[in-house]
Amino acid sequence: MFVNNIYSDPIKKVLLDFLLRMADTSLVLGHRLSEWCGHSFILEQDIAISNIALDHMGQAQNWYVLAAQLQDENKSADDLAFLRDVLEYRNLLIVEQPNGDFAETIVRQFLFDVFQFNLLIALCESTDSNIVAIAEKSLKEVSYHVKWSSEWIVRLGDGTKESNERIQNALNKLWEYSGEMFLPNATDILLADAGLGVDLSAIQSTWATYVATVLKQATLTTPEKKWMQKGGKDGVHTEHLGLLLAEMQFMQRAYPNCQW
Amino acid sequence: MVTIVEINEVLETVFDPEVPVLSILDLGVVRKVFVEKGIANIVLTPTYSGCPAMDTIIEDTRKALVEAGIENAVIEMELHPAWTTDWISEKGKEKLLLYGIAPPVEPLPNANVMFADNPIINCPQCKSKDTVMISLFGSTACKALYKCNNCLEPFDYFKCLR
Repeated sequence: MFVNNIYSDPIKKVLLDFLLRMADTSLVLGHRLSEWCGHSFILEQDIAISNIALDHMGQAQNWYVLAAQLQDENKSADDLAFLRDVLEYRNLLIVEQPNGDFAETIVRQFLFDVFQFNLLIALCESTDSNIVAIAEKSLKEVSYHVKWSSEWIVRLGDGTKESNERIQNALNKLWEYSGEMFLPNATDILLADAGLGVDLSAIQSTWATYVATVLKQATLTTPEKKWMQKGGKDGVHTEHLGLLLAEMQFMQRAYPNCQW
Repeated sequence: MVTIVEINEVLETVFDPEVPVLSILDLGVVRKVFVEKGIANIVLTPTYSGCPAMDTIIEDTRKALVEAGIENAVIEMELHPAWTTDWISEKGKEKLLLYGIAPPVEPLPNANVMFADNPIINCPQCKSKDTVMISLFGSTACKALYKCNNCLEPFDYFKCLR
């Protein structure tokens, strides 16, 4: 629980921005993965994806609860999730990309999992005990996600001609969304200086080394594309997020304050 | 006035809805029990962040306390320190095995090591070591799905979380 007035107003503002990014990113990815429920090609993987979705939902809830404690507008965690519009969402662009085929889902998950794994390790050193508590808890879950998605990359990359082609195409398509994860915005810089956040460039090298190792083992080619999409951290999204929110927020928008 | 012993007796009757042989004490999610100004205080910690059983556990705990005449109770959730399967009691692990769920043995050697050998899990039915992991994620996030090559029964393995 945040102690009142522990942080100055400018720090509070960026901290809230960061907590919302963590929450939104997990929620949007959890929602995307939940779209697979009942549609996967094999029962075991349908269940695996749903379980991973649930982990992300739980992590999102923990971050939203923390964000709700920090803001002064008396909003609940649910208000933050269901009553903010697309321009207010702070999630990374990569997680809002549509599921596509299984290859796209796996590539999106892999690129993000390895990032999230390293981000959480770094956040365990944050000076804020609330952030550390959520990071430590999530890290145990994400360890299993990284193993799962890495193994699928290798299985499909080093699989049949068709599976290799599909996963390579997915990689080429989604690669331009990987740069934003490491691109610091004003919030990242302020929080890293304050000891609350992390140095994203330090994470990037660890991420790149691991990703390259897995792709090599999977007989895949690391895309050479250097130009990267950005904007999610500041509320500038691809067209996909609005559609996702329209579905996810429908109940609260149509029936305000409804509960079950 | 309510005592810690009385509260613990009640908690022993609250079961994990997903694994109904384990009490919440066996599961290790009860982190603190104390009495302050005559009010029972119970601090719980979630197993997995998104575990849907946690809300039910809080409700069931409150209900059990009220039924035992303990009306004044504060139940709180704490994330830190994060739950680990090491907190499942020895008695709890025996109960899991009898129920047909292989209890946790060891963690993944290293999450960064792909295709690391999965731990050898004895079949809870026929005790054979000749088992194979079918899926890292089973009927719930906390379990993996295995198959026994000897008796051909599928079974759940309670994944190690450390």
